[in-house]
Amino acid sequence: MATITTPTKSVAVNPLKQSQPLGAAIAFLGLKGVMPLFHGSQGCTAFAKVVLVRHFREAIPLATTAMTEVSTILGGEDNVGAAILTLVEKAQPEIIGLCTTGLTETRGDDMERILKSFREEHPELNHLPIVSVATPDFKGALQDGYAAAVESIVSTLPTITATITAKSSIEPSPNQVVILVSAAFGPGDVQEIKEIVSAFGLSPIVIPDLSLSLDGHLGDTYSAVTAGGTTLEQLQSVGNSVFTIALGDSMRRAAEILQKQLGIPYEVFPHLTGLRAVDEFLQALMDLSGLSVPQPYLHQRRQLQDAMLDTHFFFGRKRVALALEPDLLATITQWLLSMGAEIHAAVTTTKSPLLQTLPIETVVIGDLEDFEQLAVGADLLIGNSNVAPIARRLNIPLYRLGFPVFDRLGNGQKCTVGYRGTTQLLFEVGNLFLEQEESHGPTISSAPQHSNSQKA
Amino acid sequence: MKLTQGKINELLSESACEHNHKKDHQGKHKSCKQQAQPGAAQGGCAFDGAMIALVPIADAAHLVHGPIACAGNSWGSRGSLSSGPTIHKMGFTTDLNENDVIFGGEKRLYKAILEIHQRYQPAAIFVYSTCVTALIGDDLNAVCQKAAEKTETPVIPVHSPGFVGSKNLGNRLGGEALLEYVVGTREPEVTTPYDINLIGEYNIAGELWNVLPLFKQLGIRVLAQITGDGRYHDIACAHRAKLNVMICSKALINMARKMEERYGIPYIEESFYGVEDMNHCLRNIAKTIGDQDLQQRVEQLIAAEMDQLNQALVPYRQRLKGKRIVLYTGGVKSWSIISAAKDLGMEVCATSTKKSTEEDKARIRSLLGKDGIMMEKGNAQELLRVIDQTKADMLIAGGRNQYTALKARIPFLDINQERHHPYAGYQGLIEMARELDEALYSPVWQQVRQLAPWEVS
Ligand code: SF4
Repeated sequence: MATITTPTKSVAVNPLKQSQPLGAAIAFLGLKGVMPLFHGSQGCTAFAKVVLVRHFREAIPLATTAMTEVSTILGGEDNVGAAILTLVEKAQPEIIGLCTTGLTETRGDDMERILKSFREEHPELNHLPIVSVATPDFKGALQDGYAAAVESIVSTLPTITATITAKSSIEPSPNQVVILVSAAFGPGDVQEIKEIVSAFGLSPIVIPDLSLSLDGHLGDTYSAVTAGGTTLEQLQSVGNSVFTIALGDSMRRAAEILQKQLGIPYEVFPHLTGLRAVDEFLQALMDLSGLSVPQPYLHQRRQLQDAMLDTHFFFGRKRVALALEPDLLATITQWLLSMGAEIHAAVTTTKSPLLQTLPIETVVIGDLEDFEQLAVGADLLIGNSNVAPIARRLNIPLYRLGFPVFDRLGNGQKCTVGYRGTTQLLFEVGNLFLEQEESHGPTISSAPQHSNSQKA
Repeated sequence: MKLTQGKINELLSESACEHNHKKDHQGKHKSCKQQAQPGAAQGGCAFDGAMIALVPIADAAHLVHGPIACAGNSWGSRGSLSSGPTIHKMGFTTDLNENDVIFGGEKRLYKAILEIHQRYQPAAIFVYSTCVTALIGDDLNAVCQKAAEKTETPVIPVHSPGFVGSKNLGNRLGGEALLEYVVGTREPEVTTPYDINLIGEYNIAGELWNVLPLFKQLGIRVLAQITGDGRYHDIACAHRAKLNVMICSKALINMARKMEERYGIPYIEESFYGVEDMNHCLRNIAKTIGDQDLQQRVEQLIAAEMDQLNQALVPYRQRLKGKRIVLYTGGVKSWSIISAAKDLGMEVCATSTKKSTEEDKARIRSLLGKDGIMMEKGNAQELLRVIDQTKADMLIAGGRNQYTALKARIPFLDINQERHHPYAGYQGLIEMARELDEALYSPVWQQVRQLAPWEVS
């Protein structure tokens, strides 16, 4: 129902969008023992690493094939091989996640051929899975790169690794489900999702499982690769699952791949935030497991309903401006509408079939310059930390969501899904409205403060 | 300036660069020509370096010509503060799509420059080439020139595709752009005999503001800040200074050297970190440009500052005395931080020397003492090993190693780009002492190392 517009301009100002390789790296970081490797010049990796470290406040494994001017002219074959060998020696990865970049895509490096000849030259590394994904910077955005990596993971690992280790005949597990998690969910969300699914007696294989790698926990020893995440063994046994639950619309294609290759049926749940969305999810888990909803969730549901009553005064008719990636934009939109708020503006980063279906007038695929103009007159902004200077200039409160959020602590455990996460989100956003109402109350003068963007 | 292999070689073998001093002209010192190693390289690219050097120019727009990766993951994140305009904090990029990559990005670039000029009227527009736009062969110079004529605003091409090399090289490429297109294009309204330029200080976390008041007090005028909290016009006038003061880094040595060549401006290399270096810096400036009178004022100021500082540091010195630190930086800053740490009575037991020159190393060696370890290579594992071996109390390093230290339950202090505390000047040393004290004596260390009651047998 929404019209999608893209402003016609030649310069992106204060980009909202981030590159595909960054998204792919996040997805790979949800696998255990992984080393993501960017095939490009070293700067791409360094920049991505800095953003990831700032957001998650964790050491981030991320490597580069370090293309130079000369190797760019001659072709990157040697660099890919050399990088893999060095990593095997220095970091002992269990999986390598190989992502292309703008440079190597422009050059047209044939990754399939490069990997094939690497395999021929190094049969001793046959046991090492290398998942390759095309992530040109000049197409798509973070969410696309993330989805592409998940697609590569599910289309290569379950089959390849099974043949490599000849462990393909694992017992069929009637309770085993695959859960594909999109870029809209963080480690804290994944943890909550696993708890819910497990409560129904199902054993989930979560791909990717950020809740074990980027959640922020203190390990015993240093690890050059991810210390936790979806294990290779789990990936190998994906074929024995009875069902795929795809969370976030961008996981649809990955679910389709599993259906086609391994015959696993699937269902896509675009949202897990808001009463209706969680209800539908739990109903599906009931149907899958044959069990009724566990008692604690019935109670959490009542808590959420109560919270909705308490907070609805503050949400009604509030105009909210959103700057989020498509999946997250859709989730937050339906949730806000379900609370009686209005979408004042919606800016996103990349195309998605989901956008048209949103019950709002327009969605702009644009940057934060567009957002700043559209957001004027809103009661609340929702977006990443780069929106903070805009919030100060417009003197509108900001709720930080998306990626990167570098001026708030606890991104590794933030949870906005399930009844509990939704309740939490209601209180956090509700408190911003409440604070605003108090400070803008009729008795208190509400002179806008002078904006101070230099503190950005 | 077109970026040719000759140009790159010239910058790499920059003759005032210590990396080359001891060698004849063919043999470049390895840290200058060192190639990034596939699978092991950690650092930023030349584009990153050029941005680091130029983005602090606060009234200019910085336009990144390339796909989203280069600007999208980095804009707004640099710690250089401005006391006025903040347009340098905005992210501008041509955000090339597939079509542009196939058919060339020049048209989009031209329009982008015009749009920026029309909407934001910056004092100047710096345009950075990146890997993809260099590879597809966009003619940056031609587009910039045409756009400059049309907008009547300086539009400066910066040839900095990431694949040509490291951050250090990128710094110099940024410096080249300033030399070629900016310095000497305008005249200052007035000049004084006490005009200096500061080169290579980027005002991270507002460090410069710890030092500028001292200059002011002494009657030394900073003509151009290159580039921390810098203004385009000032840098255009930089050729009228009497002295270039290079701060704490060889990153922009090419600027200092060529300005000496072209405009006869001598340069000195100084640091703002630590008492000794700060004193040395003020004395050396006074000696080079000043009369007796200025030198006297410097001595008075130093005496007064030292007095204050020593008082302020008393409680910290007691608590920091004898604490052992491992220092891991890009290398160039090593010795200045070591001397700052020594001022506080701390012991540096190991430091990185990866990017240090022979001269730096000699100096580091003398500061470290005979048991000090100089780390040539470095990765997280190596770092943890050295910390373990030396029984160090804490790690001082760039932000990227923060979590290496914390996860190993080791106190950490950030000294790079993204940090939030200014450590320069006399005030900065107090700030640094406070931060070190806080990090070392936090009550959390004991708790995060503690076993749970049921684990204690
Ligand atoms: S290495 Fe090249 S593509 Fe990557 S960030 Fe640097 S300039 Fe951009």
